[in-house]
Amino acid sequence: MELIKIQVTVNGSKEILDVFPNLSLLNMLRENLTLTGTKSGCEAGECGACTVLLEGEPVNSCMVLAVECSGLSVETIEGLSEEEPMRKLQKAFMDLNAIQCGFCTPGMLISAFALLKRNPDPSDEEIRIALLGNLCRCTGYERIISAVKKAAKK
Amino acid sequence: MNQPHPRLPEFEYCQPKSSKEAVDFLDKHADQSRPYAGGTDCFNQVRDKRIHPQYLVDLKSIEGFQKIKFDKEEGLTIGATVPLNEIISHPKVKKHYPVLIDAAREVGGYQLRNRATLVGNLCNASPCGDTIGPCLVYHSKAHIVGPDGKYAVDLKDFFKGPGKTYLKPGEIIESISFPIPPTGAEGAYQSIGRNKFGDLAIAAVTVLGYEKKDNQSGYEFLLTLTAVAPTVIFADSAQDILKTLPITHGTIKRAASACDEACKPIDDIRGSANYRRDMIQMLALRGLEKTCKQLNIPL
Repeated sequence: MELIKIQVTVNGSKEILDVFPNLSLLNMLRENLTLTGTKSGCEAGECGACTVLLEGEPVNSCMVLAVECSGLSVETIEGLSEEEPMRKLQKAFMDLNAIQCGFCTPGMLISAFALLKRNPDPSDEEIRIALLGNLCRCTGYERIISAVKKAAKK
Repeated sequence: MNQPHPRLPEFEYCQPKSSKEAVDFLDKHADQSRPYAGGTDCFNQVRDKRIHPQYLVDLKSIEGFQKIKFDKEEGLTIGATVPLNEIISHPKVKKHYPVLIDAAREVGGYQLRNRATLVGNLCNASPCGDTIGPCLVYHSKAHIVGPDGKYAVDLKDFFKGPGKTYLKPGEIIESISFPIPPTGAEGAYQSIGRNKFGDLAIAAVTVLGYEKKDNQSGYEFLLTLTAVAPTVIFADSAQDILKTLPITHGTIKRAASACDEACKPIDDIRGSANYRRDMIQMLALRGLEKTCKQLNIPL
Protein backbone atom coordinates (compact mmCIF):
# COMPACT_ATOMS: atom_id res chain seq x y z
CA MET A 1 0.00 0.00 0.00
CA GLU A 2 1.33 3.39 -0.98
CA LEU A 3 0.81 6.66 0.85
CA ILE A 4 -1.23 9.21 -1.08
CA LYS A 5 -0.87 12.96 -0.58
CA ILE A 6 -4.20 14.70 -0.08
CA GLN A 7 -5.21 18.29 0.51
CA VAL A 8 -8.43 18.68 2.44
CA THR A 9 -10.05 21.70 4.07
CA VAL A 10 -11.11 20.81 7.60
CA ASN A 11 -13.13 23.39 9.53
CA GLY A 12 -11.81 26.07 7.20
CA SER A 13 -8.13 25.24 7.52
CA LYS A 14 -6.19 23.61 4.71
CA GLU A 15 -4.55 20.31 5.69
CA ILE A 16 -1.98 18.44 3.62
CA LEU A 17 -1.70 14.82 4.70
CA ASP A 18 -0.09 11.59 3.54
CA VAL A 19 -2.68 8.84 3.99
CA PHE A 20 -3.02 5.17 3.22
CA PRO A 21 -5.89 4.28 0.84
CA ASN A 22 -7.68 2.29 3.55
CA LEU A 23 -7.78 5.15 6.08
CA SER A 24 -11.36 6.27 6.70
CA LEU A 25 -12.29 9.93 6.96
CA LEU A 26 -13.37 9.18 10.55
CA ASN A 27 -9.93 7.91 11.52
CA MET A 28 -8.23 10.71 9.63
CA LEU A 29 -10.18 13.24 11.71
CA ARG A 30 -9.72 11.45 15.03
CA GLU A 31 -6.20 10.05 14.71
CA ASN A 32 -4.37 12.36 12.31
CA LEU A 33 -6.04 15.65 13.23
CA THR A 34 -7.08 14.80 16.84
CA LEU A 35 -10.61 16.07 16.21
CA THR A 36 -12.21 13.60 18.62
CA GLY A 37 -15.61 15.33 18.73
CA THR A 38 -16.55 13.04 15.85
CA LYS A 39 -17.29 9.69 17.48
CA SER A 40 -16.49 6.18 16.31
CA GLY A 41 -19.57 3.99 16.85
CA CYS A 42 -20.67 1.07 14.67
CA GLU A 43 -18.27 1.79 11.78
CA ALA A 44 -20.90 0.36 9.45
CA GLY A 45 -22.97 3.41 8.51
CA GLU A 46 -25.77 2.51 10.92
CA CYS A 47 -25.44 4.67 14.05
CA GLY A 48 -24.51 8.15 12.74
CA ALA A 49 -22.15 8.93 15.66
CA CYS A 50 -19.46 9.76 13.08
CA THR A 51 -21.60 12.20 11.06
CA VAL A 52 -19.70 15.15 9.59
CA LEU A 53 -20.41 17.59 6.78
CA LEU A 54 -18.65 16.79 3.51
CA GLU A 55 -19.08 19.69 1.07
CA GLY A 56 -21.86 20.90 3.35
CA GLU A 57 -23.87 17.65 3.34
CA PRO A 58 -23.97 15.15 6.22
CA VAL A 59 -22.23 11.82 5.63
CA ASN A 60 -21.12 8.90 7.77
CA SER A 61 -17.37 9.57 7.99
CA CYS A 62 -16.75 5.90 8.86
CA MET A 63 -17.80 4.99 5.31
CA VAL A 64 -15.78 7.57 3.41
CA LEU A 65 -12.15 7.05 2.50
CA ALA A 66 -9.80 9.89 3.41
CA VAL A 67 -8.34 9.78 -0.12
CA GLU A 68 -11.76 10.56 -1.58
CA CYS A 69 -11.81 13.88 0.28
CA SER A 70 -8.86 15.41 -1.53
CA GLY A 71 -9.89 18.87 -2.71
CA LEU A 72 -13.08 18.80 -0.64
CA SER A 73 -14.18 20.56 2.53
CA VAL A 74 -15.08 18.78 5.75
CA GLU A 75 -16.74 20.33 8.79
CA THR A 76 -16.87 18.65 12.16
CA ILE A 77 -18.66 19.51 15.38
CA GLU A 78 -15.58 21.48 16.50
CA GLY A 79 -15.79 23.76 13.47
CA LEU A 80 -19.52 24.40 13.61
CA SER A 81 -19.90 25.32 17.26
CA GLU A 82 -19.87 29.09 16.64
CA GLU A 83 -22.20 28.97 13.65
CA GLU A 84 -25.98 29.36 13.66
CA PRO A 85 -28.20 27.40 13.96
CA MET A 86 -25.66 25.20 15.80
CA ARG A 87 -25.48 27.50 18.83
CA LYS A 88 -29.28 27.44 19.13
CA LEU A 89 -29.28 23.67 18.80
CA GLN A 90 -26.59 23.21 21.44
CA LYS A 91 -28.46 25.49 23.85
CA ALA A 92 -31.78 23.71 23.22
CA PHE A 93 -30.12 20.29 23.75
CA MET A 94 -28.76 21.51 27.12
CA ASP A 95 -31.97 23.29 28.18
CA LEU A 96 -34.15 20.26 27.48
CA ASN A 97 -31.70 17.61 28.70
CA ALA A 98 -31.59 16.02 25.26
CA ILE A 99 -28.24 14.49 26.25
CA GLN A 100 -27.49 11.61 28.60
CA CYS A 101 -24.22 9.84 27.90
CA GLY A 102 -23.52 12.31 25.08
CA PHE A 103 -21.91 9.85 22.68
CA CYS A 104 -24.49 10.35 19.91
CA THR A 105 -24.76 14.11 20.49
CA PRO A 106 -22.14 15.42 17.98
CA GLY A 107 -23.69 13.32 15.20
CA MET A 108 -27.22 14.29 16.24
CA LEU A 109 -26.28 17.97 16.25
CA ILE A 110 -24.70 17.80 12.80
CA SER A 111 -27.73 16.01 11.30
CA ALA A 112 -30.06 18.51 13.01
CA PHE A 113 -27.88 21.41 11.80
CA ALA A 114 -28.07 20.15 8.21
CA LEU A 115 -31.85 19.70 8.56
CA LEU A 116 -32.41 23.26 9.80
CA LYS A 117 -30.21 24.62 7.01
CA ARG A 118 -32.40 22.99 4.37
CA ASN A 119 -35.72 23.28 6.24
CA PRO A 120 -35.79 25.97 8.96
CA ASP A 121 -39.25 24.96 10.25
CA PRO A 122 -39.49 21.16 10.21
CA SER A 123 -42.45 19.14 11.49
CA ASP A 124 -41.99 16.41 14.11
CA GLU A 125 -42.10 13.77 11.38
CA GLU A 126 -39.53 15.63 9.25
CA ILE A 127 -37.20 15.81 12.27
CA ARG A 128 -37.66 12.10 12.99
CA ILE A 129 -36.93 11.21 9.35
CA ALA A 130 -33.88 13.51 9.20
CA LEU A 131 -32.42 11.96 12.38
CA LEU A 132 -33.22 8.40 11.31
CA GLY A 133 -29.55 7.68 10.64
CA ASN A 134 -28.53 8.74 14.18
CA LEU A 135 -29.10 6.24 16.94
CA CYS A 136 -29.39 7.19 20.62
CA ARG A 137 -29.46 4.46 23.25
CA CYS A 138 -30.23 6.75 26.22
CA THR A 139 -32.80 9.46 25.70
CA GLY A 140 -35.65 7.70 23.91
CA TYR A 141 -35.46 10.47 21.28
CA GLU A 142 -38.40 12.57 22.56
CA ARG A 143 -36.19 15.25 24.15
CA ILE A 144 -33.96 15.35 21.08
CA ILE A 145 -36.98 15.95 18.82
CA SER A 146 -38.23 18.68 21.22
CA ALA A 147 -34.78 20.32 21.29
CA VAL A 148 -34.57 20.47 17.49
CA LYS A 149 -38.08 21.96 17.42
CA LYS A 150 -37.14 24.51 20.06
CA ALA A 151 -33.98 25.54 18.17
CA ALA A 152 -36.00 25.89 14.96
CA LYS A 153 -38.53 28.21 16.61
CA LYS A 154 -35.96 30.58 18.10
CA MET B 1 -0.22 8.45 12.91
CA ASN B 2 -1.63 6.96 9.70
CA GLN B 3 -3.81 4.49 11.55
CA PRO B 4 -5.88 2.64 8.95
CA HIS B 5 -9.48 1.64 9.59
CA PRO B 6 -9.10 -1.21 12.11
CA ARG B 7 -11.06 -3.61 10.00
CA LEU B 8 -10.28 -2.44 6.45
CA PRO B 9 -7.72 -4.64 4.73
CA GLU B 10 -5.06 -3.19 2.45
CA PHE B 11 -5.92 -2.11 -1.08
CA GLU B 12 -4.81 0.44 -3.65
CA TYR B 13 -7.04 3.29 -4.75
CA CYS B 14 -7.31 4.76 -8.22
CA GLN B 15 -9.39 7.55 -9.64
CA PRO B 16 -9.81 7.32 -13.42
CA LYS B 17 -10.85 10.50 -15.24
CA SER B 18 -12.70 8.85 -18.14
CA SER B 19 -14.86 5.77 -18.61
CA LYS B 20 -12.26 4.41 -21.08
CA GLU B 21 -9.54 4.72 -18.46
CA ALA B 22 -11.80 3.00 -15.88
CA VAL B 23 -12.74 0.17 -18.23
CA ASP B 24 -9.12 -0.38 -19.34
CA PHE B 25 -8.04 -0.64 -15.71
CA LEU B 26 -10.95 -2.88 -14.66
CA ASP B 27 -10.39 -5.11 -17.69
CA LYS B 28 -6.66 -5.43 -17.00
CA HIS B 29 -7.25 -6.23 -13.31
CA ALA B 30 -10.59 -8.01 -13.72
CA ASP B 31 -10.27 -10.37 -10.75
CA GLN B 32 -8.54 -7.92 -8.43
CA SER B 33 -10.48 -4.70 -8.90
CA ARG B 34 -13.83 -3.35 -7.89
CA PRO B 35 -15.70 -0.26 -9.13
CA TYR B 36 -16.42 2.15 -6.30
CA ALA B 37 -18.99 4.96 -6.13
CA GLY B 38 -20.78 5.76 -2.85
CA GLY B 39 -19.15 2.80 -1.16
CA THR B 40 -22.08 2.11 1.17
CA ASP B 41 -22.25 -1.56 0.14
CA CYS B 42 -18.64 -1.94 -0.95
CA PHE B 43 -17.18 -0.61 2.32
CA ASN B 44 -18.91 -3.24 4.45
CA GLN B 45 -18.14 -6.04 1.99
CA VAL B 46 -14.43 -5.14 1.99
CA ARG B 47 -14.34 -4.74 5.77
CA ASP B 48 -16.14 -8.06 6.36
CA LYS B 49 -13.78 -9.71 3.84
CA ARG B 50 -16.67 -10.85 1.65
CA ILE B 51 -14.76 -9.34 -1.28
CA HIS B 52 -10.99 -8.91 -1.50
CA PRO B 53 -10.22 -6.25 -4.08
CA GLN B 54 -6.62 -5.30 -4.62
CA TYR B 55 -7.79 -2.06 -6.27
CA LEU B 56 -10.80 0.17 -5.60
CA VAL B 57 -11.61 2.08 -8.76
CA ASP B 58 -13.39 5.29 -7.76
CA LEU B 59 -15.73 6.34 -10.58
CA LYS B 60 -16.74 9.70 -9.09
CA SER B 61 -14.24 11.80 -11.07
CA ILE B 62 -15.44 10.60 -14.47
CA GLU B 63 -17.07 13.41 -16.41
CA GLY B 64 -20.83 13.02 -16.78
CA PHE B 65 -21.17 10.31 -14.12
CA GLN B 66 -22.38 12.88 -11.55
CA LYS B 67 -25.17 14.31 -13.72
CA ILE B 68 -28.95 14.00 -13.95
CA LYS B 69 -30.36 14.99 -17.35
CA PHE B 70 -33.98 15.36 -18.37
CA ASP B 71 -35.43 15.84 -21.82
CA LYS B 72 -39.18 15.99 -22.38
CA GLU B 73 -38.92 13.55 -25.29
CA GLU B 74 -35.95 11.37 -24.34
CA GLY B 75 -36.80 11.15 -20.63
CA LEU B 76 -34.48 10.96 -17.67
CA THR B 77 -30.82 9.89 -17.48
CA ILE B 78 -29.13 9.38 -14.13
CA GLY B 79 -25.33 9.13 -14.07
CA ALA B 80 -23.58 6.25 -12.34
CA THR B 81 -22.39 8.18 -9.30
CA VAL B 82 -25.37 10.46 -8.60
CA PRO B 83 -26.27 10.03 -4.92
CA LEU B 84 -29.84 9.15 -3.98
CA ASN B 85 -30.55 12.45 -2.19
CA GLU B 86 -29.83 14.32 -5.40
CA ILE B 87 -32.34 12.15 -7.24
CA ILE B 88 -34.93 12.61 -4.46
CA SER B 89 -34.68 16.41 -4.61
CA HIS B 90 -34.61 16.74 -8.41
CA PRO B 91 -37.78 18.58 -9.58
CA LYS B 92 -38.15 16.61 -12.84
CA VAL B 93 -37.79 13.28 -11.05
CA LYS B 94 -40.41 14.46 -8.54
CA LYS B 95 -42.79 15.40 -11.34
CA HIS B 96 -42.40 12.46 -13.71
CA TYR B 97 -41.04 9.54 -11.63
CA PRO B 98 -42.48 9.95 -8.10
CA VAL B 99 -42.45 6.21 -7.37
CA LEU B 100 -38.66 6.17 -7.76
CA ILE B 101 -38.46 8.91 -5.11
CA ASP B 102 -40.78 7.03 -2.72
CA ALA B 103 -38.53 3.97 -2.99
CA ALA B 104 -35.23 5.89 -2.80
CA ARG B 105 -36.41 7.52 0.45
CA GLU B 106 -36.59 4.04 2.00
CA VAL B 107 -32.84 3.50 1.61
CA GLY B 108 -31.02 4.07 4.92
CA GLY B 109 -30.83 7.43 6.69
CA TYR B 110 -30.26 10.88 5.17
CA GLN B 111 -26.48 10.84 5.52
CA LEU B 112 -26.23 7.37 3.95
CA ARG B 113 -28.29 8.58 0.97
CA ASN B 114 -25.81 11.42 0.45
CA ARG B 115 -23.35 8.71 -0.56
CA ALA B 116 -25.44 5.75 -1.78
CA THR B 117 -26.12 5.77 -5.53
CA LEU B 118 -28.94 4.39 -7.66
CA VAL B 119 -26.50 2.52 -9.89
CA GLY B 120 -24.80 1.06 -6.83
CA ASN B 121 -28.14 -0.16 -5.50
CA LEU B 122 -28.83 -1.83 -8.87
CA CYS B 123 -25.34 -3.35 -9.24
CA ASN B 124 -25.50 -4.74 -5.72
CA ALA B 125 -28.48 -6.73 -7.10
CA SER B 126 -29.97 -7.47 -3.73
CA PRO B 127 -33.41 -9.17 -3.89
CA CYS B 128 -34.52 -6.46 -1.42
CA GLY B 129 -33.02 -3.48 -3.30
CA ASP B 130 -35.58 -0.70 -2.86
CA THR B 131 -34.95 1.17 -6.11
CA ILE B 132 -35.08 -1.89 -8.39
CA GLY B 133 -38.90 -2.16 -8.53
CA PRO B 134 -39.45 1.44 -9.69
CA CYS B 135 -36.67 1.11 -12.29
CA LEU B 136 -38.46 -1.96 -13.66
CA VAL B 137 -41.98 -0.45 -13.82
CA TYR B 138 -40.61 2.70 -15.48
CA HIS B 139 -38.91 0.47 -18.14
CA SER B 140 -35.43 1.80 -17.46
CA LYS B 141 -32.29 0.75 -19.31
CA ALA B 142 -28.74 0.29 -18.05
CA HIS B 143 -26.14 1.90 -20.32
CA ILE B 144 -23.06 -0.25 -20.06
CA VAL B 145 -19.51 0.45 -21.17
CA GLY B 146 -16.91 -2.26 -21.30
CA PRO B 147 -13.91 -3.59 -23.23
CA ASP B 148 -16.20 -4.38 -26.21
CA GLY B 149 -17.75 -0.91 -26.34
CA LYS B 150 -21.04 0.61 -25.25
CA TYR B 151 -24.48 -0.96 -25.26
CA ALA B 152 -27.79 -0.77 -23.39
CA VAL B 153 -29.74 -3.50 -21.57
CA ASP B 154 -33.35 -3.42 -20.39
CA LEU B 155 -33.23 -3.52 -16.63
CA LYS B 156 -35.67 -6.46 -16.62
CA ASP B 157 -32.86 -8.55 -18.18
CA PHE B 158 -30.11 -7.18 -15.93
CA PHE B 159 -30.56 -9.23 -12.75
CA LYS B 160 -29.41 -12.85 -12.71
CA GLY B 161 -29.71 -13.71 -9.01
CA PRO B 162 -28.81 -12.38 -5.58
CA GLY B 163 -25.69 -10.24 -6.14
CA LYS B 164 -25.46 -11.39 -9.77
CA THR B 165 -25.98 -9.15 -12.77
CA TYR B 166 -25.57 -9.07 -16.52
CA LEU B 167 -22.28 -7.15 -16.12
CA LYS B 168 -19.20 -8.97 -17.35
CA PRO B 169 -15.71 -8.42 -15.92
CA GLY B 170 -14.39 -5.00 -16.89
CA GLU B 171 -17.85 -3.57 -17.55
CA ILE B 172 -19.48 -0.72 -15.67
CA ILE B 173 -22.81 1.08 -15.88
CA GLU B 174 -22.41 4.66 -17.13
CA SER B 175 -26.00 5.68 -16.55
CA ILE B 176 -29.61 4.55 -16.19
CA SER B 177 -32.18 5.98 -18.57
CA PHE B 178 -35.93 6.18 -18.08
CA PRO B 179 -38.38 6.87 -20.94
CA ILE B 180 -41.19 9.38 -20.32
CA PRO B 181 -43.89 7.42 -18.43
CA PRO B 182 -47.31 6.94 -20.11
CA THR B 183 -49.58 10.00 -19.82
CA GLY B 184 -51.43 10.11 -16.52
CA ALA B 185 -49.40 7.27 -14.96
CA GLU B 186 -49.68 7.02 -11.18
CA GLY B 187 -48.10 4.60 -8.79
CA ALA B 188 -46.99 3.63 -5.33
CA TYR B 189 -44.12 1.96 -3.50
CA GLN B 190 -45.21 0.02 -0.45
CA SER B 191 -42.67 -1.67 1.76
CA ILE B 192 -42.43 -3.21 5.16
CA GLY B 193 -39.28 -3.46 7.27
CA ARG B 194 -38.42 -4.02 10.91
CA ASN B 195 -38.47 -0.24 11.43
CA LYS B 196 -40.92 2.22 9.93
CA PHE B 197 -38.21 3.79 7.74
CA GLY B 198 -34.68 3.10 6.66
CA ASP B 199 -34.51 -0.66 7.18
CA LEU B 200 -34.00 -3.28 4.47
CA ALA B 201 -37.35 -4.43 3.08
CA ILE B 202 -38.88 -7.65 4.40
CA ALA B 203 -41.19 -7.35 1.41
CA ALA B 204 -42.15 -4.53 -0.94
CA VAL B 205 -44.41 -3.89 -3.92
CA THR B 206 -44.12 -1.30 -6.68
CA VAL B 207 -47.26 -0.40 -8.66
CA LEU B 208 -47.56 1.76 -11.77
CA GLY B 209 -51.00 2.17 -13.39
CA TYR B 210 -52.29 4.13 -16.37
CA GLU B 211 -55.17 4.20 -18.83
CA LYS B 212 -54.81 1.87 -21.81
CA LYS B 213 -57.81 1.69 -24.11
CA ASP B 214 -56.65 -1.55 -25.84
CA ASN B 215 -56.97 -3.54 -22.62
CA GLN B 216 -60.37 -4.97 -21.68
CA SER B 217 -60.22 -3.29 -18.28
CA GLY B 218 -59.20 0.03 -19.87
CA TYR B 219 -56.06 0.12 -17.70
CA GLU B 220 -52.57 -1.30 -17.54
CA PHE B 221 -50.99 -2.01 -14.18
CA LEU B 222 -47.36 -3.00 -13.68
CA LEU B 223 -46.53 -4.70 -10.38
CA THR B 224 -43.13 -5.77 -9.11
CA LEU B 225 -42.43 -7.76 -5.97
CA THR B 226 -39.31 -7.18 -3.85
CA ALA B 227 -37.57 -9.49 -1.36
CA VAL B 228 -39.73 -12.53 -2.16
CA ALA B 229 -37.61 -14.18 -4.89
CA PRO B 230 -33.92 -14.35 -5.89
CA THR B 231 -34.44 -11.14 -7.90
CA VAL B 232 -37.13 -8.46 -7.96
CA ILE B 233 -39.88 -9.92 -10.19
CA PHE B 234 -42.97 -8.85 -12.11
CA ALA B 235 -46.26 -10.29 -10.80
CA ASP B 236 -47.43 -11.49 -14.24
CA SER B 237 -50.69 -13.16 -13.26
CA ALA B 238 -51.76 -10.17 -11.16
CA GLN B 239 -51.00 -7.89 -14.12
CA ASP B 240 -53.09 -10.12 -16.42
CA ILE B 241 -56.07 -9.98 -14.06
CA LEU B 242 -55.89 -6.18 -14.01
CA LYS B 243 -55.71 -6.09 -17.82
CA THR B 244 -58.84 -8.12 -18.39
CA LEU B 245 -61.32 -7.62 -15.54
CA PRO B 246 -63.14 -4.35 -14.77
CA ILE B 247 -61.22 -2.54 -12.05
CA THR B 248 -63.24 -2.98 -8.85
CA HIS B 249 -62.20 -3.62 -5.27
CA GLY B 250 -62.88 -7.31 -5.88
CA THR B 251 -60.53 -7.31 -8.88
CA ILE B 252 -57.66 -5.64 -7.08
CA LYS B 253 -58.10 -8.04 -4.14
CA ARG B 254 -57.92 -10.94 -6.58
CA ALA B 255 -54.83 -9.46 -8.22
CA ALA B 256 -53.19 -8.91 -4.82
CA SER B 257 -53.84 -12.57 -3.90
CA ALA B 258 -52.38 -13.65 -7.26
CA CYS B 259 -49.05 -12.03 -6.32
CA ASP B 260 -48.53 -15.05 -4.08
CA GLU B 261 -48.11 -17.28 -7.17
CA ALA B 262 -45.00 -15.42 -8.35
CA CYS B 263 -43.27 -15.52 -4.94
CA LYS B 264 -40.49 -17.87 -3.92
CA PRO B 265 -39.60 -16.33 -0.55
CA ILE B 266 -37.10 -17.64 1.97
CA ASP B 267 -36.87 -17.51 5.77
CA ASP B 268 -34.19 -15.14 6.97
CA ILE B 269 -33.26 -12.88 9.85
CA ARG B 270 -35.82 -10.26 8.80
CA GLY B 271 -38.86 -12.47 8.32
CA SER B 272 -40.17 -15.92 7.54
CA ALA B 273 -41.24 -17.06 4.07
CA ASN B 274 -44.86 -17.37 5.23
CA TYR B 275 -44.85 -13.85 6.69
CA ARG B 276 -43.45 -12.54 3.41
CA ARG B 277 -46.22 -14.31 1.46
CA ASP B 278 -48.87 -12.69 3.65
CA MET B 279 -47.24 -9.27 3.56
CA ILE B 280 -46.71 -9.20 -0.19
CA GLN B 281 -50.45 -9.63 -0.75
CA MET B 282 -51.30 -6.94 1.79
CA LEU B 283 -48.73 -4.52 0.29
CA ALA B 284 -50.00 -5.21 -3.25
CA LEU B 285 -53.55 -4.45 -2.13
CA ARG B 286 -52.47 -1.19 -0.45
CA GLY B 287 -50.40 -0.19 -3.47
CA LEU B 288 -53.27 -0.91 -5.87
CA GLU B 289 -55.79 0.94 -3.66
CA LYS B 290 -53.51 3.99 -3.53
CA THR B 291 -52.86 3.90 -7.28
CA CYS B 292 -56.57 3.51 -8.13
CA LYS B 293 -57.36 6.48 -5.90
CA GLN B 294 -54.75 8.58 -7.70
CA LEU B 295 -56.21 7.46 -11.04
CA ASN B 296 -59.71 8.40 -9.81
CA ILE B 297 -60.99 4.85 -10.30
CA PRO B 298 -63.99 4.37 -7.98
CA LEU B 299 -63.60 1.11 -6.05
